[in-house]
Amino acid sequence: MQVELGVNGEHRSDDVEPRLLLVHYLREVCGLRAANVGCDTTSCGACTVLLDGVSVKSCTVLTVQAAGQQVTTAEGLAAEGELHPVQAAFRQEHGLQCGFCTPGMVMAAVGLLSENPDPSETEVREGLEGNFCRCTGYHNIVRAVLAAAAGGVPAAGARAAATARTPAAGSERAQAGQAGA
Amino acid sequence: MIAAPFDYVAAESATHALELLDSFGDDAKLLAGGHSLLPMMKLRLAAPSVLIDIGRLAELTGIRADGDELVIGAATTHATLAASDLVRADAPLLAHSAGLVGDPQIRHRGTIGGSLAHADPAADLPMALLALGGSVEVLGGDGTRNVAAEDLFAGFFETSLEPGELIAWVRVPRRPGRAWGYQKFVRRANDWAIVGAAAIEGRIALANMGPVPLRARAAEQALAGGASVAEAAELAAEGTEPGEDLHADRGYRRHLARVLARRALEHRT
Repeated sequence: MQVELGVNGEHRSDDVEPRLLLVHYLREVCGLRAANVGCDTTSCGACTVLLDGVSVKSCTVLTVQAAGQQVTTAEGLAAEGELHPVQAAFRQEHGLQCGFCTPGMVMAAVGLLSENPDPSETEVREGLEGNFCRCTGYHNIVRAVLAAAAGGVPAAGARAAATARTPAAGSERAQAGQAGA
Repeated sequence: MIAAPFDYVAAESATHALELLDSFGDDAKLLAGGHSLLPMMKLRLAAPSVLIDIGRLAELTGIRADGDELVIGAATTHATLAASDLVRADAPLLAHSAGLVGDPQIRHRGTIGGSLAHADPAADLPMALLALGGSVEVLGGDGTRNVAAEDLFAGFFETSLEPGELIAWVRVPRRPGRAWGYQKFVRRANDWAIVGAAAIEGRIALANMGPVPLRARAAEQALAGGASVAEAAELAAEGTEPGEDLHADRGYRRHLARVLARRALEHRT
């Protein structure tokens, strides 16, 4: 059936099977490979994307359920080659190891900060409960999210504002977060 | 994992959903958040030929006070429920329970009506509704009927809903300022309870101590008869026949029920 939705700010209209999962639509129809299929059972969070600014696991959403809504993937954060502050903070704090969980982790963090711009460390850990890192890298991931929060991360969807920031500013924010931790 | 093929229809209203249910019969399933149904379909444990989407019907979402009760649209998400000032003030046990379902992403999609209709005995919201003495408003071809939580859960993943019926609203007594407790024992992040216990005003509900969420009636009666919390909690597993799995055998589940019921009666969360 025909479905119309927005993907990273672009309007799309595609003929899809009702059973096509959003993560497969993003990867195979749109060619966006940031969202990974990890557990495929709504557990690991590697497929996390934003749906109208809210974090969801795209392995458990039908593409047709997203009709009329805006999907944001990790590719949509770094418009024009400029890292989103959360991405910059993950780099600054080395919030990744193998990288498989990272796109989902970043999207979950962006969603978390849009709901709670100034989380405690406990709130960050609870807010990322739905994202598994099997490299056991949670410590630096939490530091990265706190660093991003300390720098003030714009609400999901405010991409233009985010990408207007300079890498230097992101770095300062990250350092401020580290000093405050 | 890919679900078996199906047709998808977005219902335009609750009435339209009932008409669709009527026309498609047993081949159709209602879809809201899809966080119980879609995983089962991906595993091919369920293979409906039609999904009727009621997840975005405005008339089935939202939370309002109606006299002594809160009325919650069945398609209200766990995240909305957990964050609602009204629910946090008047039914804090329910808000707390909703905030423990799965993880943040799951709470953004999963709905209270879906969770109740799924009737997983290990789930949070069925236990919470039972502890609170809530009910559901069910729409069907013959109109609306009210089903108490006690009568809703009929068996393992089974409700007393008739074919062609849908849960439209959930009713919960307003109990502002009353002490309550909630215990959920898990080993892994975003998991279901190995055993759960919820208590408010002498009512105790248990999760995963049988095929349906259960009241700990022996413990409740002991409390009503003047027993101490510790004495009453010792009776929390009376009459239960919990299942066994790799997490816990029957004896361990009974032990957990006693310990968690005591903590819930001590109003711990």
